[in-house]
Amino acid sequence: MLIDVKVPALSESITDGTLLNWHKKPGEFVQRDENLVDLETDKVVLEIVAPKEGVLQEINKGDGELVASEEIIATINDEGKPGQRAEEQTAIAKKIITTEKIPEVLLSPAAKKLVAENNIDPARVSGTGRDNRVTKADIIHYLETRGGGKKHEKVADDIIDENVAVDSVKAPIMNIPAGARPEKRVPMSRLRARVAERLKDAQNTAAILTTFNEVNMQPVMTLREKYKDAFEKQHGTRLGFMSFFAKAVTEALKQFPVINASIDGQDIVYHGYFDIGIAIGSPRGLVVPILRDVDQLSFADIEKGIRDFGQRAQDGKLLLDELTGGTFSITNGGTFGSMLSTPILNPPQSAILGMHNIQQRAIVEEGEIVARPMMYLALSYDHRIVDGSDAVLFLVAIKNTLEDPARLLLEI
Amino acid sequence: MADFDVIVIGGGPGGYVAAIRCAQLGLKTACIDDRVDEEGKSSLGGVCLNVGCIPSKALLDTSHHYHRAQHEFAGHGIRIKGLDIDIATMMARKKKVVKTLTDGIAMLFVKHKITWFKGQGELVGENRVRVSPHNDNKGNDNESHEYQTNYIIIATGSSPVMPDAIPEDEKIVDSTGALAFESVPKRLAVIGGGVIGLELGSVWTRLGAKTSIIVRGTQFLKNVDQQIAKVIQQDLEKQGMNILLGAKLVSVKPGKKNVTLLYATDDGEKKLVVDNVLVATGRTPNTENIGADIVGLTRDAHGFIEVDAECRSNLPNVFAIGDVVRGPMLAHKASEEGVAVAERIAGQQPAVNYAVIPSVVYIWPELAWVGLTTEQLQSAGTRFKSGVFPFAASGRAHASGDTRGMVKILSDADTDQILGVHIYGPNASELISEAVVAMEYSASAEDLARIVHAHPTLSEAVHEAALAVDGRALHV
Repeated sequence: MLIDVKVPALSESITDGTLLNWHKKPGEFVQRDENLVDLETDKVVLEIVAPKEGVLQEINKGDGELVASEEIIATINDEGKPGQRAEEQTAIAKKIITTEKIPEVLLSPAAKKLVAENNIDPARVSGTGRDNRVTKADIIHYLETRGGGKKHEKVADDIIDENVAVDSVKAPIMNIPAGARPEKRVPMSRLRARVAERLKDAQNTAAILTTFNEVNMQPVMTLREKYKDAFEKQHGTRLGFMSFFAKAVTEALKQFPVINASIDGQDIVYHGYFDIGIAIGSPRGLVVPILRDVDQLSFADIEKGIRDFGQRAQDGKLLLDELTGGTFSITNGGTFGSMLSTPILNPPQSAILGMHNIQQRAIVEEGEIVARPMMYLALSYDHRIVDGSDAVLFLVAIKNTLEDPARLLLEI
Repeated sequence: MADFDVIVIGGGPGGYVAAIRCAQLGLKTACIDDRVDEEGKSSLGGVCLNVGCIPSKALLDTSHHYHRAQHEFAGHGIRIKGLDIDIATMMARKKKVVKTLTDGIAMLFVKHKITWFKGQGELVGENRVRVSPHNDNKGNDNESHEYQTNYIIIATGSSPVMPDAIPEDEKIVDSTGALAFESVPKRLAVIGGGVIGLELGSVWTRLGAKTSIIVRGTQFLKNVDQQIAKVIQQDLEKQGMNILLGAKLVSVKPGKKNVTLLYATDDGEKKLVVDNVLVATGRTPNTENIGADIVGLTRDAHGFIEVDAECRSNLPNVFAIGDVVRGPMLAHKASEEGVAVAERIAGQQPAVNYAVIPSVVYIWPELAWVGLTTEQLQSAGTRFKSGVFPFAASGRAHASGDTRGMVKILSDADTDQILGVHIYGPNASELISEAVVAMEYSASAEDLARIVHAHPTLSEAVHEAALAVDGRALHV
């Protein structure tokens, strides 16, 4: 029988650890309670011992790998005998050795294309081919079973509009029999209650007004298309649209400091730093983690930061101080198909930029009707401190930057 | 508004395939091609179908049959009296093969609703192409037109190089001319020891020409695994080819009835008198008349259009594929690039694996290889294992009487991943596909060794070579 070797349940504050070094090799006989591997956590180094005597059949997690509480790291075959001929035991372990020798995840040409198109980490797909090769069927199966996971994989893009009810995105379609008029009462989660309170608060306090503009996304798309592979190779992260928007916003904020300011009592506080909140949908509801000092971040820093936020928002691992502060916010309803919206401010900030979907629209250029990938932009601002002209010019500045991204380089 | 989503310039194996794939993906596609056949009719398929791969294979097959009938049939007990070769019939058959296939592409264009512009295509803007139609003598509109397009794919191919030192004379031909000799030259000189020279040299040698191959370098088939290249050299010489290595051409002087060549070797200057000369010294990309300078398309010193791994030029909406860009000048490489570019335009993310492109030389036995040679691995310092299996130990090869050649497999010393497969033997061009598939799947030599191969087949030699990598071939 095969017995799993698991990471012991760690404490409340510690959820994962790193395997330091295996003392046993696959194929070796182990006694019950014999130390197999050392586990380093934030606080202590623990020993993980054999739950039963037998032959160590397979090691799933090697030295230096991060493991979670209760995760299976190895299996023991309790029918293995001490002194069993080394060759037989090696034979048992051979599968693992072969796998270890293969330097990277081996993919067939079709699988490679699917991986590239769906932005999958092939290491996360378990291969069913020879030597655990990941086949096209494995990728298809992975994509199917991941289901909503397609979004999970692209969490960084799931930056949603505050006006879109987060629940409605994830909620399954209800099957209600015809004629039935059921009702269900559920208490609001703490997060939902807090979101509700803050949104209403903002509407009651600020004089919210929204101005619109549209931006031709072709230049950014062309630039991104041209450099995305080189960018990914160089920086290890995808080049998305958000970095362009974050940068364009920062440059515009420099020109219009009042939009980066906030009201405190009877005073206006001008912030000499650019901390931009990025609205992200998470399983628990909307969260707005803050990218700090965006003016000093590179495109890669921004992309990595957002990706990291997205990932941790999914896992509920954002830290409190990452969610507080912020001088301006960006929200993107476009990923869900929103054409146009009027975002609500995130107090005490004075403005929020709403991004929307990119759609081929007919526009006139030099007297000719042409199709261009257009996005509507919305800027909601607090009219108490921001004048209409500043708001409009701020949005025009963002539009101009995005339509000529070279400006970002020259800071003009 | 754009007239087309994609305009492809060039209808060869790169261009016509790109056009079909674009159309399959729902893109409004046009293809411009300026080739006309001997009757002056427009003919798709480029060099490959019209004056390259296909007609040369037609002639190679004919000459191979003739050679067999002459030299091998008697051994099978087949007696033929008065065996003769009629060059006119051979050429008519070649023409028919070409016509069937090029007409087939025209049909595919109709089926996929691809607009076929018959004429010269030229870039006049990053999204604009001018078409100058052929003069078809039917009083049709011959004025050039300009079309707006979202994307442009340049696939204008390559042409044989005719060095300046070689005088113009009807007895001196390039590959196109050597496909259309009206009679078998008694004596033929081939300048250049590459694929084209050896293939066309083979055709005429088999039909009775006394052929001399003039190779400037001292190494024969220098890009081929040298263990195999040496065997090929012996075999071709046995077949009647005179291979002159380290022969530097001094002069080519056409006379009334023959051509006199002077070449220098280490032993001094030598003279060669022949009836015809085939110049096969290389090919150059056709990028002169495509408007590259007008639109600022970047080319390198040799005229190749500079592109990245995805065949993108320096202009955002202009792609280039096949012989006009880096990489081997092979039809199948061009086709795969065409497919990949079409899919990229449609927003997919395909990739061409340049490390795994097979090469074939249609001599007999055939030569085919994929991946790296022994010499390349040695100079890269890679530790590797090698397994060789001769066709002389293959039952199927004996039954058909083709026992020359071998399969050689090279794999990584640590991981056993296959790094190169070299096949010199009967039907090597078909046998190599197994190796290509295996390498695309990052297979180890052991993987090939553990796959069941049908008996009796030539493919068993591949199986045995894979076993030989581990020192356990069964039949040697």
